[in-house]
Amino acid sequence: MDAVHLKRQLITFTEQLFREGFLDEQFNQLQQLQDENNPNFVVEVVSLFFQDTERLLDELSKALDQANLDFKKVDGHVHQLKGSSSSIGAQRVQRTCIIFRNYCNEKNVQACLKCLQVVKHEFALLKSKMETLFNLEQQILAAGGPPSI
Amino acid sequence: MMESCNCFEPHWSADELLMKYQYISDFFIALAYFSIPLELIYFVKKSSVFPYRWVLVQFGAFIVLCGATHLINLWTFSMHTRTVEVVMTIAKVLTAVVSCATALMLVHIIPDLLSVKTRELFLKNKAAELDREMGLIRTQEETGRHVRMLTHEIRSTLDRHTILKTTLVELGRTLALEECALWMPTRTGLELQLSYTLHQQNPVGYTVPIHLPVINQVFGINRAVKISPNSPVARIRPVAGKYIPGEVVAVRVPLLHLSNFQINDWPELSTKRYALMVLMLPSDSARQWHVHELELVEVVADQVAVALSHAAILEESMRARDLLMEQNVALDLARREAETAIRARNDFLAVMNHEMRTPMHAIIALSSLLQETELTPEQRLMVETIMKSSNLLATLINDVLDLSRLEDGSLQLDDGTFNLHALFREVVNLIKPVASVKKLLLALNLAPDLPEYAVGDEKRLMQVILNIIGNAVKFSKDGSISVTAFVAKAEYLRDVKAPEFFPVPSDTHFYMRVQVKDSGSGISPQDLPKLFTTFAQNQAKSASRNSGGSGLGLAICKRFVNLMDGHIWVESKGLGKGCIATFIVKLGIPEQLKETKFLVMPKIPSSHVRSHFSGLKVLVMDENSVSRAVTKGLLLHLGCDVATVCSSSECLQAVSQEHRVVFMDVYVPGIDGYEMAVQIHKKFAKPHERPLIVALTGHADKVTKENYTGAGMDGVILKPISLEKMRMALSELLEHGLIFEAI
Repeated sequence: MDAVHLKRQLITFTEQLFREGFLDEQFNQLQQLQDENNPNFVVEVVSLFFQDTERLLDELSKALDQANLDFKKVDGHVHQLKGSSSSIGAQRVQRTCIIFRNYCNEKNVQACLKCLQVVKHEFALLKSKMETLFNLEQQILAAGGPPSI
Repeated sequence: MMESCNCFEPHWSADELLMKYQYISDFFIALAYFSIPLELIYFVKKSSVFPYRWVLVQFGAFIVLCGATHLINLWTFSMHTRTVEVVMTIAKVLTAVVSCATALMLVHIIPDLLSVKTRELFLKNKAAELDREMGLIRTQEETGRHVRMLTHEIRSTLDRHTILKTTLVELGRTLALEECALWMPTRTGLELQLSYTLHQQNPVGYTVPIHLPVINQVFGINRAVKISPNSPVARIRPVAGKYIPGEVVAVRVPLLHLSNFQINDWPELSTKRYALMVLMLPSDSARQWHVHELELVEVVADQVAVALSHAAILEESMRARDLLMEQNVALDLARREAETAIRARNDFLAVMNHEMRTPMHAIIALSSLLQETELTPEQRLMVETIMKSSNLLATLINDVLDLSRLEDGSLQLDDGTFNLHALFREVVNLIKPVASVKKLLLALNLAPDLPEYAVGDEKRLMQVILNIIGNAVKFSKDGSISVTAFVAKAEYLRDVKAPEFFPVPSDTHFYMRVQVKDSGSGISPQDLPKLFTTFAQNQAKSASRNSGGSGLGLAICKRFVNLMDGHIWVESKGLGKGCIATFIVKLGIPEQLKETKFLVMPKIPSSHVRSHFSGLKVLVMDENSVSRAVTKGLLLHLGCDVATVCSSSECLQAVSQEHRVVFMDVYVPGIDGYEMAVQIHKKFAKPHERPLIVALTGHADKVTKENYTGAGMDGVILKPISLEKMRMALSELLEHGLIFEAI
């Protein structure tokens, strides 16, 4: 497949991501920051995000499992997650985090657990989509076309 | 014989007839003589005036004595005693005395009495004379009354026709005339035309040449003149044969210049024009023209002249008033139409203002955004062209709208305090890139006495300076452009080019003079006056067509400069010899500058934002690794030298004098952030050593912003942070030392 076709595919895919709310404006900003000095900026940041999120999700699971729930701690983790997701423009994850925080404030354990599940799900979805995106970009690079959108 | 009595004997015997007659006569004489005084007394008593009473007494005595004498005589006819004789003698003597006295007295009185008669005659004559005079006066008074009445009638109207008609009617009535006619001079002035008569309703246009001797005669005197009934002016009625026409009198009636008769081509030089009034007494009446009637006619003629002139003046003024009213109505209509047009235009402009600007904004904003993305070189070129064109269009729209507001007079200057030096530097910085592309040298020279701060409309002043310098650059192919600004002293304020411009500096204002000299293509002398007229392009400059420009720039500049109580002009020695544009504007001297001058500074328009902050050392503190990475990426992209820490303690350790800005991500607007700021303030005692502290947070409402600034932070930026946002924040931070608003 040649670069042009791949490119078009990439564009379509990205548009779809935006439309479905996986990504928002912030992601565009990230892409702007990528230049000759920082050619892999987006990939680096997104990878960092994945790592960080996985860690946070583990922490959250642990914290919510405990008998005497420390909501403050849970809230802290969710806040971190919210911050990270908003930094890269992971819109759906971010929104879920907001809801999660509200339940934390209400100290509603059941709702929190449910939210956690949703967050995990959303994260998984996003991760796979981003991986597809990066794959496409790699292919384009390999096919010799101009890097990124 | 008888005894000798002492008697007298009459001479004759008593029986003689003669004696008898004497006896009777004496008796009657005595009777008469006694009755005369009685009569006298009776009649004198009756009359009231009798001046000679003593005469009467004397005369009475005389008469009585005479009577007594004669009475006593009766006794002497017969034998009478001596006593009787003695009485008789006494009586006679007395009578003689009185008679002589009376006779003597009468000498006095009779002439007097005679003279009474002459006096009586004299008085009678006098009375007759007075009667005559009375009659004269009465007729005169009647004449006067007639004149007054006529005048009143004539003057009671201001209509020309009525005046003339009434004159004739009243004259005819007063003087019981048969016919009365008025002849007016025609337009040409060579003929007299019968205009009005008493008895003919519509006089057919008889005309008579004006130079007839009889007419000349009448026009020559200002009195009524008797003329022959056979003269052409008098032969109005068809002569029906038998009767002897009555006497005719003619009089002139002077006409004034302003009359309506409109004799424009009066051939003679004399300015006096006359009409002729002809009056005819009834035929067969044997009446004659009396002097008082003639006088009446003359007076009436004069009055008619006056009344006619009044009527003429009135007609003129009425006409003028009607004309003015018409003009007023027309003007009112025109004014209302103009107002409607202006309102329509303003409405149109207001709508167009918004309608035109909105799409322009969209185009410009989106094109600038597009420019920031990755583009192929051709795409970049295309986008740049779009940007340039849309900027030009935006400028054009603004210019047109501004100009229309300027022409309206509805534009008002936005006065404020601003940094004059900074303004010039900004303008030069703006133009420098363009100038350097064209390899033009741009030199700015600000006089040392030019105040740093001034009060005025900064935006518009900048517009003016930009426009002039822009023109200098536009029309120069090479060489240099020098910009000088200095305070205009009184002597320099008078300029040959602007002799009516007398600015006077005062305590609160000064005049700044700016001169832009270029060595470009110059302007020919015939084009110089057109420079400042709207939409007039210099046709000779084909190059200028490409560089755009609406031809409005200088016109707007001139209007702005005028609004600033100033003057602008351009000098050029000719084509190819460059030109010098100069303007003087009035600026205010600001009152003592307060601390808050920072707050008064206006926002920098986005084109002035620094796009690269190379080498700017900053410290980023963020606990969240992802957002720390993103912020670092942002600042790296802007060229900063970024160091990162992930906790407040690390931050306090790492922060140093070299760091210009510390970006602090605060979890919640809690104690942490404030503590940090306080610690940093403590660490750096001197304000200029301390780095600027900026909080990055997702929550920034007004309260917390104030909290931050209260804690000593220099600004707050709301997350999520776009590239533009960071760029602007950094620019503002570095320019002003704080971020004015939490953006």
